[in-house]
Amino acid sequence: MGTSPLRPDGVLKVRGEFAYSSDLWADGMLWGATVRSPHPHARIVRVDITAALKLAGVSAVLTHEDVPGRNRYGLEHADQPVLAEDVVRYQGEPIAVVAADHPETARRAAALVEVAYEVLTPVTDAEAAFTAPALHEGGNVLRHVPIRRGDESATAPVVVVGEYTVGMQDQAFLGPESGLAVPADDGGVDLYVATQWLHVDRAQVARSLGLPEEKVRITLGGVGGAFGAREDLSMQVHASMLALRTGKPVKMVYGREESFFGHVHRHPARLRYEHGATEDGRLVYVRARIVLDGGAYASSTTAVVANAATLGVGPYEVPNVHIDAYGMYTNNPPCGAMRGFGAVQACFAYESQMDRLAERIGVDPVEIRLRNAVREGSTMPTGQVIDSPAPVARLLTIVRDRPMPPPAADDPRERPGGVANTTRGEGVVRGVGYGVGVKNVGFSEGFDDYSTARVRLELIQGEPVATVHTAAAEVGQGLVTVQAQIARTELGVRQVTVVPADTSVGSAGSSSASRQTYVTGGAVRAACAAVRADVLASVPGGAGLHGGKVTTVDGEPLADLADVLTGPVEHTVEWRHRPTKPLDPVTGQGDAHVQYAFAAHRAVVDVDTELGLVRVVELACAQDVGKALNPQAVEGQIHGGSAQGLGLAVMEEIQVVDGQVRNPSFTDYLIPTILDMPPMAVDILELADPAAPYGLRGVGEPPTISATPAIIAAIRAATGVALTHAPVRPDHIVTMSDDQ
Amino acid sequence: MRVRVEVNGEQRVADDVWEGESLLYVLRERLGLPGSKNACEQGECGSCTVYLDDVAVCACLVAAGQAEGRRVRTIEGDGLEEVQQAFLETGAVQCGFCTPGLIVAAHDLLRRDPAPADPDIREALAGNLCRCTGYEKIMDAVRLAASRAKGRAACD
Repeated sequence: MGTSPLRPDGVLKVRGEFAYSSDLWADGMLWGATVRSPHPHARIVRVDITAALKLAGVSAVLTHEDVPGRNRYGLEHADQPVLAEDVVRYQGEPIAVVAADHPETARRAAALVEVAYEVLTPVTDAEAAFTAPALHEGGNVLRHVPIRRGDESATAPVVVVGEYTVGMQDQAFLGPESGLAVPADDGGVDLYVATQWLHVDRAQVARSLGLPEEKVRITLGGVGGAFGAREDLSMQVHASMLALRTGKPVKMVYGREESFFGHVHRHPARLRYEHGATEDGRLVYVRARIVLDGGAYASSTTAVVANAATLGVGPYEVPNVHIDAYGMYTNNPPCGAMRGFGAVQACFAYESQMDRLAERIGVDPVEIRLRNAVREGSTMPTGQVIDSPAPVARLLTIVRDRPMPPPAADDPRERPGGVANTTRGEGVVRGVGYGVGVKNVGFSEGFDDYSTARVRLELIQGEPVATVHTAAAEVGQGLVTVQAQIARTELGVRQVTVVPADTSVGSAGSSSASRQTYVTGGAVRAACAAVRADVLASVPGGAGLHGGKVTTVDGEPLADLADVLTGPVEHTVEWRHRPTKPLDPVTGQGDAHVQYAFAAHRAVVDVDTELGLVRVVELACAQDVGKALNPQAVEGQIHGGSAQGLGLAVMEEIQVVDGQVRNPSFTDYLIPTILDMPPMAVDILELADPAAPYGLRGVGEPPTISATPAIIAAIRAATGVALTHAPVRPDHIVTMSDDQ
Repeated sequence: MRVRVEVNGEQRVADDVWEGESLLYVLRERLGLPGSKNACEQGECGSCTVYLDDVAVCACLVAAGQAEGRRVRTIEGDGLEEVQQAFLETGAVQCGFCTPGLIVAAHDLLRRDPAPADPDIREALAGNLCRCTGYEKIMDAVRLAASRAKGRAACD
């Protein structure tokens, strides 16, 4: 524990031998393709599959009439059709699926499916959705979360008001949606798929296939990144339907363009904030109205809204809070989970406000934050007391006190614009900005958030070997490494095998919300403890397992584990973090979160103020992780999370015009390259949370949250432009218009 | 059509290849070499980088027929071990989907420039997208592979 062993899947990955869900192959398998709506809102008048079925090589063309079970699914509200019936609500909504002997044949057949539409006016603005005709039963407000704390009518001598917008970000994992469905002899299906949560997939797939859950067996295929985009279903039911209909294995692999329509995105947001403070910059009140565009279907919008609201003032002490956060239905692409999950949008707004407040008071940006930073014992706007370390001030001073990077070298590659040679340094101004954020770890609001681990200890060829089995999705973060580390530590053995995740063991919950090391790590530890207790019971005086031996309380060896183990010892444990509570629906009060996590960034940028081009020169990040079980993996999370925050700051936005996505490709939707990413300085604090396994704190999301406002603050510092939209585009910088 | 191509030192034949197929498709789906990854199919992400003869290319942008009679080396081939090991040790691998392409691209860089400065590494790998790592540990990996090659050269 606390070391960084090589990841067990690493050798296969560097050799190209790791089986991703898109690499799977079965004898006689067919390829699936999806017919999608070109319209964001339309009535389906007629679907004619005749021509598609006639194409040589086509085995099946299925529509909503062929959905064997419930034609609805969804993470929190089952509002989304597997295949559209009479209406489509977003561009790219699936209408039919095809199976054929070659992927190109399948695509051609999909193009031959004739769909007649009566085009309807789309609702494309979340604000307009409040008064627009209802897109779903129950109206367009998916959820409203109010937060009411303190005096509603509080006043303050210093007031800053701002309105901010955040664009729609894509998770842009590199491995597009894919999987293989294999029909089974018992009438069920075996599904190999890249996902974040096997059991919630299974529950939804089984319901839509009209099968009992035990007839849907899901094994995790290799996952090419996730970041929230695999929490909802994509091709799971479609491939299974085709496999059951044709009696053959069916593989579906989305291309990059289809992937942009195949998963939910980060919610675009409009956030209006008013901060009231004393003359010396201590916050008196925060009032905010946050509107998140949930798009056509619910996905996890209701939980995203709660995060935006409950974390809406950031890591600051505010006695009086009045927040209304809304998640809306529109005809834009559905939005749901993406790393940071509602905390990202709020953080851009509240951190921008803190900078405005600093400017108004006349103190530097770090100082205004230090004066208001929460600490252990502080009360959040929900009334929840932070009961473990909250070193916000320390994180800020760490990044502030880092040495500044040197001026850019005389090399075009170190200037904004790069080798395009757009400047020799003239017009380039350096800026520095700060951001700090807060994220909840794990599922909140009373959700029964647990994980299941099965651990077995046995002798194999005379050596004690531990086997760890969970359904937790390794999505790249290194969970397989950490599970093995925990078993090694708890059982004192060298050899640990982490077997593939599948549904033959209980749910592990989702690989999201920065929760897996905490919750599945906790489950593995608990299962190891149960196994250890059994082993120790057979050795009088035995108190621990270390280095392959049973030891006393003082660590003195008593016996070889190999001599004590007479047969396999196995335990399966369901492990829960401490319970959370729902939010009061009127006041938003309640201990809704398990744990808070914090990160701070300092960004240094060079801006070509004539062309609006930005080069991020350096990113420094400090984060408290409670305990770094695997320091290398922790650093990797901080680096990667910060990169996604950089993307949202300066380049990443799905352009949606009239409900139509205009840039569904890596040519037009840009994510940071190695040229865009600066060197990163990372400081990791390990202040234990006594309630968490090993004292650890969730790691994955906080760095994504604070990177964006830090970078945009740095651009503001360089340019003097207000910059109220993330991402910042060159024309925001050079037009100097009032609203940007 | 039939495509004959030397892959990783072995003569291979693919039959019934549709003219629209890419070298990437033939490698992955017809020759049982799925190590090269398909993440964008338009040459933007570099996940499918392979050597065609001695040039690093995006296999998704090469028509299968263009590979006829030529030599291809993929991530499954020999000679990449030092870079592979460096990626593994430095934590440059997370989900790993970009890894095969990055390893070939990094190998290609080090072949041309055994001691690249950081800006050279960034420039050379700018055509390979990674969404997990923020590239810091990929920089570490390339530096490590370069330093080991240098150390080895010093011993020779």
